[in-house]
Amino acid sequence: SSPSPSPGDTSVLAGVYGPAEVKGSRELPDRAALEVLLRPKVGLPGVLERSREQLLRQTCEAVLLGVLHPRTAITLVLQVLNDAGSLLSCCLNAACMGLLDAGLPLASLFCGVTCALDPNGAIGLDPTSRQEQEARAVLTFAIDSAERKVLMATSKGSCSVEEMQQCLAAAQRAADTIFQFYRDSVRRKYSKS
Amino acid sequence: LSICFRTVEPLEYYRRFLKENCRPDGRELGEFRATTVNHFLSSGSITTADGSALVKLGNTTVICGVKAELAAPAVDAANKGYIVPNVELPSLCSTRFRSGPPGEEAQAASQFIADVIENSQIIAKEDLCIANGKLAWVLYCDIICLDYDGNILDASTFALLAALKNVQLPSVTINEETGLSEVNFKQKNPLVVREHPVATSFAIFDDTLLIVDPTAEEEDLATGTVTIVTDDEGRLCSVHKPGGSPLTGAKLQDCITRAITRHKEVKKLIEKVIKSIKPK
Repeated sequence: SSPSPSPGDTSVLAGVYGPAEVKGSRELPDRAALEVLLRPKVGLPGVLERSREQLLRQTCEAVLLGVLHPRTAITLVLQVLNDAGSLLSCCLNAACMGLLDAGLPLASLFCGVTCALDPNGAIGLDPTSRQEQEARAVLTFAIDSAERKVLMATSKGSCSVEEMQQCLAAAQRAADTIFQFYRDSVRRKYSKS
Repeated sequence: LSICFRTVEPLEYYRRFLKENCRPDGRELGEFRATTVNHFLSSGSITTADGSALVKLGNTTVICGVKAELAAPAVDAANKGYIVPNVELPSLCSTRFRSGPPGEEAQAASQFIADVIENSQIIAKEDLCIANGKLAWVLYCDIICLDYDGNILDASTFALLAALKNVQLPSVTINEETGLSEVNFKQKNPLVVREHPVATSFAIFDDTLLIVDPTAEEEDLATGTVTIVTDDEGRLCSVHKPGGSPLTGAKLQDCITRAITRHKEVKKLIEKVIKSIKPK
């Protein structure tokens, strides 16, 4: 199946604030302090959201040139509007586009791709919630735009090493489409004015 | 003089060692710290728990206590029990943690352990069911760090595995007439541990070098971390790379290969410890 940045009806709204004033204890002397807040569609953020916030924060920190804005705070708020599967990769794409839109200095772009391994071993990209539940394993990767290296990887279920490598290769190929979408979106935004 | 240099320029100090392919504590890049597991007596380290284990990975000390309680199974999973892990990083284990509600690292570690339990199927939840739809076991696994010197994920996974292997569940019967459960503490059955997941963590330095089993100091200087969890058949239960420097597929493969080797070492260690416990 061909990948798309918001598979099916999954949508996440990203808001980026900063570089702004930082509260005392969080101030870092040599770089910007990045904070990621993930708000689920219903309920209060729990342990799963905290864990995902850590994944997203460390992925963004790897590409953000924080040293250009020391002693500042950058806040990234992600609000889940709808979850129909592949939520984490949707959050990653929203985060990257948010950072891009805010004009923050980035070493490279990144995109999120989710792969599901169904019980027969076939690889499907950007699975729906139902496909994720029925899958043997679901792997999410964040791929960087510079050399298609793996910035972030997380997995659910178990798979063999070969299957993981195949999913990674499929994700790296799919990343091209997503980066093209970023390019087209930005071009559209700036060509209007 | 070297202590001054270490405090003022920790990264440069570290790079000098990495150039010679070793680390300040004398280890090679691919070498683990001394790993020990304690199962004192057949009831483990904590006598009030149903199963427990103390794991030391160098200075990192983690204790896991498993308490079994009874509960009604969920409506949509009538034949399954529950396993509830919780990782605590109290302020006593390191100055970096403040007392109060669990911080991000503790919550992320708890989620990681919950994922490992789910992905590896270490315990089949069906084994925890006593009476379909009426009664099941809940295993509360409390993992507490007593001394934090890096690599908390590996130590926690190992402590959980060792503690679960140590768990003895009393037999429970449901009285047909009264419908109440009767627990027989004198007759205990060991918990069936189906898989043995083992976590191996790496720290990424300067975007290229991978070092195994990082200490707290190394974790602070690192530009990224990777944790791989493998099971008995060499399958991947978890690939956990929470951001950090990008890695190629080949480097990731190197990590996985090292993790599979580490799995065999840890499995041998556990078997040695189980054998050394004298049966009651």
